[in-house]
Amino acid sequence: MSVARPTTVADAIDALSAAPDADLLAGGTDFMVEVNFGHRRPRRIVALRRVDELRGWRRVDGVYDLGALVTYRQIEDELADELPAFAAAARTVGSPQIRNAGTIGGNIGTASPAGDALPLLAALDAQVVCDGVDGRRTMPLREFIVGPKQIERRDGELIARVRFDRCRGPQHFLKVGQRNAMAISLVSLALVADIDARRVRVGIGSAAPRPVRPAEAEAFASAAIDWTTGDIAPDDVAAFADMVAAATSPITDHRGTAEYRVHAVAVLARRALQRAVRDLADGPDIADGPEMRRQR
Amino acid sequence: MTQPSTVNDESVTYGLRVNGREHGVQAGWLGESLLYVLRERLGLPGAKNACEQGECGSCSVLLDDVLVCACCVLGADAVGSDIRTVEGIGQPDSLTDVQCAFLAEGAVQCGFCTPGLIVAVHDLLDRSPDADELAVREAISGNLCRCTGYGRIFAAVAAVQRERADA
Repeated sequence: MSVARPTTVADAIDALSAAPDADLLAGGTDFMVEVNFGHRRPRRIVALRRVDELRGWRRVDGVYDLGALVTYRQIEDELADELPAFAAAARTVGSPQIRNAGTIGGNIGTASPAGDALPLLAALDAQVVCDGVDGRRTMPLREFIVGPKQIERRDGELIARVRFDRCRGPQHFLKVGQRNAMAISLVSLALVADIDARRVRVGIGSAAPRPVRPAEAEAFASAAIDWTTGDIAPDDVAAFADMVAAATSPITDHRGTAEYRVHAVAVLARRALQRAVRDLADGPDIADGPEMRRQR
Repeated sequence: MTQPSTVNDESVTYGLRVNGREHGVQAGWLGESLLYVLRERLGLPGAKNACEQGECGSCSVLLDDVLVCACCVLGADAVGSDIRTVEGIGQPDSLTDVQCAFLAEGAVQCGFCTPGLIVAVHDLLDRSPDADELAVREAISGNLCRCTGYGRIFAAVAAVQRERADA
């Protein structure tokens, strides 16, 4: 067994090219649990936490660009104004200790259907940037995650960044777990009301092998909302919730039944849409988010 | 102390800096968690081993001044970092104000969660001395205590805040 501790992406790729099948280690909050319980017996590890290039985030020309080592703690502390649903999702992850360690790259790399950051990233059409021996590849998150804990990462590649366009408008993240704190999600849902495109965008977690975008429901709600006033007919909200639920294909497991998950997804969809249209009705200041208010 | 960038099994020896002191680790294998290394290789049993999955907080330590669960850190990946455990926070003959308050307020019952809580509370009060009750609750939400019901723990934290404010 070996552990490489590179400090640059180039050195990390060198270490990976010497051992293309190596496991990548970031915050350790998933990986070490598997090791501790004997479910994973790593032979080679490339530990990434010293790679400063993978830390930090920036927003350039309306594009958010997050290094893979950005932690949930950073998302909570630094992005709450600009991306309130992202911060809300980060706040629901584990304990403070876990949020201090766990990373966005790790959430994508683990690709658990219950990954709390994934619904919003799916709703925002996030792109995953991988660096590897053959150079850089960028692909949509929804193509990168191909199934439960299955990703399109090639041997010799690492997840370097995640990128998504800035989206103006209300956004909400809701999650149902077995309790409020330190719970893995039974279902989760992120909803973004994109006021520029006048489009409702939804990402659903824990309700299918990978994050779901309910295209039909999104199109229906986008057309049903009066984007100037935030008005929407109650029947349309209910129809939207049913369509969101119909787009899922959850399983029954030790945390909950498929039937309960379908029910809960509809509740979350209805609630998130109601909150978003209420934000719209409260006026452009709310819809733009605090960051735009400061710029005015 | 310079460290090789790659540690191989042929030399399962690496150095860790714990509580300001350099330790040589003779690990059985490189997959050992920092928690296991602290307890079983370095004889520092303050960080407790309970869930081994980052749920209970009883193994809370500071890694480069960041509160983490030692069970979720690979020992060999802690090389070059400053690790602080409860053993580096107070001594039996010179307890910290937080430890004294835990004793005075009855915040210790079976004591298993106490080392992790002491580390977490020191971290909180160093970062935000004026943390309100909600912030205190949030800060120790990852440290499970099955004895006290937390009331005495909140009282101890409040006592430290009062003392420090008066000092």
